[in-house]
Amino acid sequence: MVAQPKTIVVGGGLAGLMAVIKIAEAGIPCQLFSFVPVKRSHSVCAQGGINASVNTKGEGDSPQIHFYETVKGGDFLANQPLAKGMCDAAPGIVYLLDRMGVPFNRTPEGLLDFRGFGGTLFSRTAFAGATTGQQLLYALDEQVRRFEAEGLVEKFEYWEFLSVVRDGDGVCRGIVAQDLRTMEIRAFPADAVCLATGGNGVLFGKSTLSMVCTGSAASAVYQQGAIYANGEFIQVHPTAIPGEDKLRLMSESARAEGGRVWVPRDGKPWYFLEEKYPKYKNLVPRDIATREIYYVCRVLKLGVDGQDVVYLDLSHIPAETLDRKLGGILEIYEKFVGDDPRKVPMKVFPGVHYSMGGLWIDYEADGSGAIVAGSPRNHQTNIPGLFAAGEVDYEYHGANRLGANSLLSCFYGGMLAGPAMVSYARGLERSCEAVAPSVLEAGRKRQEEACNRIYALSGAENPFVIHKELGEIMTDNVTVVRYNDKLQATDNSILAFMDRWKRIDINDAAKWANQAVSFTRQLWNMLEVARVITLGALRRDESRGAHYKPDFPDRNDAQWMKTTLATWTPSGPEFRYAPVDISLLKPEARKY
Amino acid sequence: MAASTIELKIKRQDGPDAAPRWEEFSIPYRPKMNVISTLMEVRRQPVTKDGRRTTPPVWDANCLEEVCGACSMIINGKVRQACSALIDQFEQPIVLEPMTKFPLVRDLTVDRQRMFEALKHVHAWIPIDGTYNLGPGPRVGPNVQGVAYSLARCMTCGCCLEVCPQVTPTSAFVGAAAISQVRLFNLHPTGRMHAGERLEALMGEGGIVDCGNAQNCVHACPKEIPLTESIAAVGRQTTGYLLRRLFGR
Repeated sequence: MVAQPKTIVVGGGLAGLMAVIKIAEAGIPCQLFSFVPVKRSHSVCAQGGINASVNTKGEGDSPQIHFYETVKGGDFLANQPLAKGMCDAAPGIVYLLDRMGVPFNRTPEGLLDFRGFGGTLFSRTAFAGATTGQQLLYALDEQVRRFEAEGLVEKFEYWEFLSVVRDGDGVCRGIVAQDLRTMEIRAFPADAVCLATGGNGVLFGKSTLSMVCTGSAASAVYQQGAIYANGEFIQVHPTAIPGEDKLRLMSESARAEGGRVWVPRDGKPWYFLEEKYPKYKNLVPRDIATREIYYVCRVLKLGVDGQDVVYLDLSHIPAETLDRKLGGILEIYEKFVGDDPRKVPMKVFPGVHYSMGGLWIDYEADGSGAIVAGSPRNHQTNIPGLFAAGEVDYEYHGANRLGANSLLSCFYGGMLAGPAMVSYARGLERSCEAVAPSVLEAGRKRQEEACNRIYALSGAENPFVIHKELGEIMTDNVTVVRYNDKLQATDNSILAFMDRWKRIDINDAAKWANQAVSFTRQLWNMLEVARVITLGALRRDESRGAHYKPDFPDRNDAQWMKTTLATWTPSGPEFRYAPVDISLLKPEARKY
Repeated sequence: MAASTIELKIKRQDGPDAAPRWEEFSIPYRPKMNVISTLMEVRRQPVTKDGRRTTPPVWDANCLEEVCGACSMIINGKVRQACSALIDQFEQPIVLEPMTKFPLVRDLTVDRQRMFEALKHVHAWIPIDGTYNLGPGPRVGPNVQGVAYSLARCMTCGCCLEVCPQVTPTSAFVGAAAISQVRLFNLHPTGRMHAGERLEALMGEGGIVDCGNAQNCVHACPKEIPLTESIAAVGRQTTGYLLRRLFGR
């Protein structure tokens, strides 16, 4: 029994901050590590909103319907108890955010306003303009700052997570991290550690993700024995603005507020989504909209000006309405493209957006399928004492995530992970203080040696060039449409990149603020996870959610309604498969 | 106007105590490039215009959508976000320098910790009772929400401090960003209950009286936050608070 445990949260986005708040609220100190100042985390990029079935519009919505649509949207690959817990908790979560001062859009009566979103016909999405993620993150950042001022939270910003420290029994007893200014590598003891380090879109080169979203931390613990689940499920968002440095998201809320997708055909606009999906129209789930846009551009060759571009058109909606409900994203288009979307249709194309897969985590449900609050099993990885929450975990979304469910799952995940860490840590027989210092020192030394090897790299390759090439081949072969021969060829390329990585010229010996060293380390970690994604996709011979193989076009529940579990070995990922918990909703055909 | 190359001039500095130097790069032009994508190009081939190998330049960036506030730097003499700086809008050579009001870290990166400390100092949060389920928050009219949202988009990027004559590397002035956040939290029905704490924090050294009314901040803000209105509003609040305190509420 440990009375005053030590806790560490890595990552200061929504999930991480919420876990910190829950820990601090229990009166337990927490150390918070982040690659960037937490207020600059990737959660700021979420635009459209957060789902909660509050049913303020008299439409008859309910958390149960939200749950059903989430599971159906995920093509029945999500473990159902957690998804249900999330949807049930959603109205309370939005109310809590409201109390924290999030400037949600309001109805004339001063109530929270809600709008429609993909994969549903209900107005279920609360929003703050079109920068909802930014506003939610700021609210949590402010609450954490309050605990910081009280001395309960200690921040380590500009620190990079390198590894966990496992003791002789394999239990997580702390972390090793590097100060990105002094480049000092230190070990930090902890009784419970939570990774909330986000997605891995950067390994696809250009994506809608922020530059920190390399998935490096998750890869590091995968290489230390953490199971990586459903890696092959990568969401490609249907509407992003192509760019030289990244793909900028054009939120689904644009379509929720009436935006129409079209291409010119025979001199007239062809609204292909509305024609094919008369019920959901432009708001079919993302995987479906993305495949349709691909088909129109790549197979029918009907992209605008023969290019990989379709129109997303808002120009028929009054400018005042657009400014009030979509201001932030219109500004992004104006600033980065130079055209006014109030007047001309926007040019968009699908872009890598979200990883449904991630670190495997556990949960505890009672006989009725309800999540047991405070259970130490909730959000714990297979490494005892290591937890994961947010995009870095694999739960909630199955094979495809519904729009506006990610902010929700981050928040809910943090709400479960924080208390789980506290109860796990309190239940330990001996605290991390009792662990021999040599255990921590060995972990630190291992990372210092690895870092020194990176400093010593003196070949002819450039890490940023290898990354660009990795991104191109991953985007070409492991996104919307997948073929087995190309997946195999991609894995061969990744192995070649790994070989070239060893011949990198690090070209910067500085022992101060050395970004090349940090990026090179992350590049290796990206390559390791790229193999998990690619080989997981190669093995899964079916089509489900975001994973689509023209050679295996149907969902195959008999063989593949299973969670992919990848374990690291020196010769590459080893795959096993586990049943999905479908105790609450019966799988059915996914039709829209 | 389309050119075949982009000429880039970067102020380099290996660390806070090192001497600065200039390096010039010439990189192939592609349409729709921004400053970040030119820096990425340099990183992939870190060779100066005169053929010398150099280290990859160091800069801060994250979202590249102008919502995280990370990539502030001085571009052709004006502070702004590098991600939204489209090459076609600039005269060449494009000159990149780090901000000057914050301690330099390396090359184009600086340490903006003082801004986060200022948020702590002014209690920039809503003091909720706890994260358990206590029902909805207070009702807020759409007009108040509109004002709150415009203030809440501050991304702590530092542009307003960089252009403020009252902010120097050694001055204590908290700057426009933190003052505007006080207005935001004092506007919220719950936040208003604790407005006095925030106003007290702004009445001491480095507080609102240090504002010299240069009004540079509002022009530099990439999010068009009405910073001078905020300073005026918070100024009135502090005066009122002071009077109430003097004359016993």
